[in-house]
Amino acid sequence: MRTASGAGAPRGYVVYVAFLMIFVFFAVTLRDDGFLSDTNLLNIVRQTTPVTVMAVAVVFVLSAGEIDLSLGSVVALSGLVTADVMQDHNAMLAVAAGLGVGAGIGAVNGALVTLLRLPSFLVTLATMGIVAGLARTITNLESVAVENQRFVKIFGSGDVGPIPSLAFWAIGAVAVGQCVFAHTRFGAHVVATGDNLGAARVAGIRVDRVKFAVLVLSGASAAVAGILYTGRLQAATYTVGDQALLTVIAAVVIGGTRLFGGKGSVIGALFGSLIMGVLTNGLILWGLSASEQMIWQGILLLLAISLTLRKPKGEQP
Amino acid sequence: MTMPPLVRIERLHKEFGAVVALVEVTLDVNPGDIVALVGDNGAGKSTIVKCIAGVYPPTSGQILLQGMPVDFGSPFDARNRGIETVFQDLALATAQPVYMNMFLGRELVKGPLRRLDRKAMVAETQSLLDELDVRIDSPRQMTHDLSGGQRQGVAIARAAHWARWLVLMDEPTAALGIDETRRVEELIRRMRDRGLAILIVSHSLDQVFRLSDRICVLRRGKQVGVRRTSETTGDEIVAMITGLR
Repeated sequence: MRTASGAGAPRGYVVYVAFLMIFVFFAVTLRDDGFLSDTNLLNIVRQTTPVTVMAVAVVFVLSAGEIDLSLGSVVALSGLVTADVMQDHNAMLAVAAGLGVGAGIGAVNGALVTLLRLPSFLVTLATMGIVAGLARTITNLESVAVENQRFVKIFGSGDVGPIPSLAFWAIGAVAVGQCVFAHTRFGAHVVATGDNLGAARVAGIRVDRVKFAVLVLSGASAAVAGILYTGRLQAATYTVGDQALLTVIAAVVIGGTRLFGGKGSVIGALFGSLIMGVLTNGLILWGLSASEQMIWQGILLLLAISLTLRKPKGEQP
Repeated sequence: MTMPPLVRIERLHKEFGAVVALVEVTLDVNPGDIVALVGDNGAGKSTIVKCIAGVYPPTSGQILLQGMPVDFGSPFDARNRGIETVFQDLALATAQPVYMNMFLGRELVKGPLRRLDRKAMVAETQSLLDELDVRIDSPRQMTHDLSGGQRQGVAIARAAHWARWLVLMDEPTAALGIDETRRVEELIRRMRDRGLAILIVSHSLDQVFRLSDRICVLRRGKQVGVRRTSETTGDEIVAMITGLR
């Protein structure tokens, strides 16, 4: 018997329909509150970009059958390291330091997962705690301001013509991610590893190298996100990235990536992250309090996932 | 001087800790030859296959390919030397399309950017499936949408595509219905007719008699004997398997 879709994957196009429905819903209900104004739409792009950048990397991680729970705390630590180094050094060195921290944590995660054959869920749960603690320690819970205007322009607040510079980071991440994921042997090896580890191994795919690579990629993407938040807020603080992990994973899974490996979509993850961004933005414009926002975000998220991930009766999860 | 056999396993011995799985088994396999390994559970059939496939290193003894000793550290080594294995659990990535399984780990690329050449992989898969008469709708079909027999057809076609010398098969029809079994057996004969050597593990004596040219009987890791299929009977083989003679 043929089923209409991949095992456990949403029917590909549904994420776009869901995005459209949510967008139209807010466009209608909030038409007098400036939801459709240029400023607000560009704001959504600004708010969404760090999530999009991480989502692209997480497509690789989940497709390979791994997970990276340390994402959010790496955002905070990388942002703080970048801002801290920039106090006394130039921006280039600061960015390199931030990226190095993220990729380095990713490499530690990858080494523990591949060399000691530990599950990434537990390894990154542990490093999440360590990294979050470090982020709180290195500046004694204090925020670090950034005054380097060129850094701020490139990594967050600047515009190129009418387009925020942040949008270019999102577009770049999605373009490169899509090319690598869908059109290279590495991308094929990532999904094969997550689909059937044993089959990938006997087929000669270096599965440990794949797992290591996706975890380094994940750490580096969290560092980029941390640097982008720092540029946008013109400061770094340890609470940035608190919500990142769940938002990113929700965006990626809504976008058609299988939570347990073997299938992924970078373009879907872009739209998944836009859904998350539009939800947050629309709820703020509704004038809800922070706690009301959390409730509604949960409800609308349930709606979004039941649209995109619901399986017909009888189909195996 | 006669040609050395294509594949010879010589005094192959395998121990897992205190358990002796194989006791100095010697066996030749030649091109166009289907050799069946039979024996009770634990007789060592799968162990032989896994030693040749590079999954287990032998404790002692050696494997000779065209007279030259080979040392396979991994299934990848064996594959590079033209020996393919159809594993019992199929080794297919089921959320991928058929053509990606056909080229798993050996994907075709094109251009300076080394982009995946999906078109070429689909075309090659289609012509291979046509040639071997494996019937599926399209190489682009998802593997989990195939029936058990179709999946086994894909796994065997993949082995036929990449093998240069020998195909190892561990219970290739264990999970299949009667009709599907018949089709897989035809497929195995077609591979032999292409000049490949085939070593097959099977529990079904009917199948062994339908398919094989020679039968190697194992009991508790020891080789009891090798018979030409045309010169033996089911009764003799059963007697050898159970140890009545």
